[in-house]
Amino acid sequence: MFKLDEIQRRLIAEVAGLHKVPIGAYNFRANSQLAGRNSTANIEISSKDDGSGIDIRIKDGTKNESVHIPVVLSASGIKETVYNDFYIGENCDVVIVAGCGIDNCGNQDSEHDGIHRFFVGKNSKIKYVEKHYGSGDGAGQRILNPVTEVSLNDDSFMEMEMVQIKGVDSTKRVTTAELKAGAKIIVRERLMTHGAQKAFSTYKITLDGENSGADVVSRGVAKEKSYQKLDLCVIGNAPCNGHTECDSIIMDEGKILAVPSLEANHVDAVLFHEAAIGKIAGDQLIKLMTLGLTAQEAEEQIISGFLK
Amino acid sequence: MLELKDIFFSVEGVEIIRGINLTVENNKFVVITGPNGGGKSTLARLIMGIEKPTSGKIILDGQDITNADITERAKLGIGFAFQQPVRFKGIEVFDLLKMAAGGKLTFNKACDYLSAVGLCAQDYINREVNSSLSGGEVKRIEIATILARKTKLSIFDEPEAGIDLWSFKHLIQIFEDMRQNIINSSIIIISHQERILSIADEIIVLADGQIKNRGAAEKILPEIIDTESVIQECEKLKR
Ligand SMILES: Nc1ncnc2c1ncn2[C@@H]1O[C@H](COP(=O)(O)OP(=O)(O)O)[C@@H](O)[C@H]1O
Ligand SMILES: [Mg+2]
Repeated sequence: MFKLDEIQRRLIAEVAGLHKVPIGAYNFRANSQLAGRNSTANIEISSKDDGSGIDIRIKDGTKNESVHIPVVLSASGIKETVYNDFYIGENCDVVIVAGCGIDNCGNQDSEHDGIHRFFVGKNSKIKYVEKHYGSGDGAGQRILNPVTEVSLNDDSFMEMEMVQIKGVDSTKRVTTAELKAGAKIIVRERLMTHGAQKAFSTYKITLDGENSGADVVSRGVAKEKSYQKLDLCVIGNAPCNGHTECDSIIMDEGKILAVPSLEANHVDAVLFHEAAIGKIAGDQLIKLMTLGLTAQEAEEQIISGFLK
Repeated sequence: MLELKDIFFSVEGVEIIRGINLTVENNKFVVITGPNGGGKSTLARLIMGIEKPTSGKIILDGQDITNADITERAKLGIGFAFQQPVRFKGIEVFDLLKMAAGGKLTFNKACDYLSAVGLCAQDYINREVNSSLSGGEVKRIEIATILARKTKLSIFDEPEAGIDLWSFKHLIQIFEDMRQNIINSSIIIISHQERILSIADEIIVLADGQIKNRGAAEKILPEIIDTESVIQECEKLKR
């Protein structure tokens, strides 16, 4: 891959699952520089005039295409805020893979704050995958504060997979979505924190249109002395269906605060939430040990399954 | 060969297992039966190492395993199908079978184990072993994990419980096959089913934490046929 060093390539593989240049549209950003870009006939990527980020424009009727926009930081002491706006036409069906990997071996903090806005046209279908990953053993922190704003037009659909499994010292994730009539959103978040990490994740989904729907599920594992706060809120302003679920495994001296909330402003809004926090069930460990796994191997299998 | 020597087990001063001596020879198919609450599951958990006896010794092939933990016993070749199988979020049937097989398993092999318990592999192999599976389904998957392990001593705790009639016939077939093909291993089944009891080399009747009766199926079965230890197949049909 062009203009990327070994560490950057490894980070890209972690966050975007890419081992070579992808097919379709892409924009690679490494240490605040553009490292590669490709637009296609239907998907145009351009820098914003003020240099603050990129615009991604997807034409009406674009189907079975993908956009990859990974970001990597491999130098210590970078702090950047990037605005990426997605303008998605009508009747599209596309996959968007974002993600940020930070490798920080130095003593200064590295921080990437990505603000992603999605304007999804009528009847379009989007799968959005965002993975965050940190590595490097420097004293400098790896900080990621993603903001995701989604606006879903009539009968559109968005599935979001938000994953942060390892190495990010501090994260404040804020995701908001507004849904028009017939629009649906599915969110699957996976968070694992360890060491002294802190993760705050907030979702605010507003169901404005008739027959709109949301299903937001966050699964988290807080190990060692880490802390997670999950704040999942669904607001129903029309006849709609909303469901939120926080499901967490707590380990060691971890701390988890789960705050699911619902707000109904219409008599036909049907909303419910579930929240559960607990340690790994003893009989799960026992079962896997009876298959010959050690207690530690059993724990790893249970967690990796849970976060899958 | 498994030997239990003078096993006692109590929880908070209450004796649950009260002096059990039992030898299960290689190539034997032993069925433990007896009233609910008699201590059958507890005895199985003691053999697997999930509980440790208050006193007594457990010997496997001449080796004292009384203080061995669950993992060690599993590695020595003991397998245990739970009465109430455990469910896992995110772990798929194939993952579980693979762990049971020791980390390596081909898709074809996994299909064999699932077919053996009457599950269509295509439909189940990538299902999560979570609460979306019915009681009968997890029960059969549980049995498949033991088939995948190739154990020296396999313990099945009420494998028939929660399994519908059609599958039950299939299940009996599995155990009859196991009994036919037993080589240098032994099988202990905890069961109330006459069909399973009737193929036992030895029946052990456990009640109040003690062995109340034991012997060949021909001898024991007539003695206990009208007790709560045995459910005849026809009764299942009546329900
Ligand atoms: N860990 C435990 N703590 C307290 N009581 C137990 C424990 N395990 C088993 N028991 C009790 O021991 C008795 C035997 O239980 P169990 O072995 O499950 O019987 P069975 O399998 O024969 O129905 C029951 O009265 C049960 O309540
Ligand atoms: Mg029992």
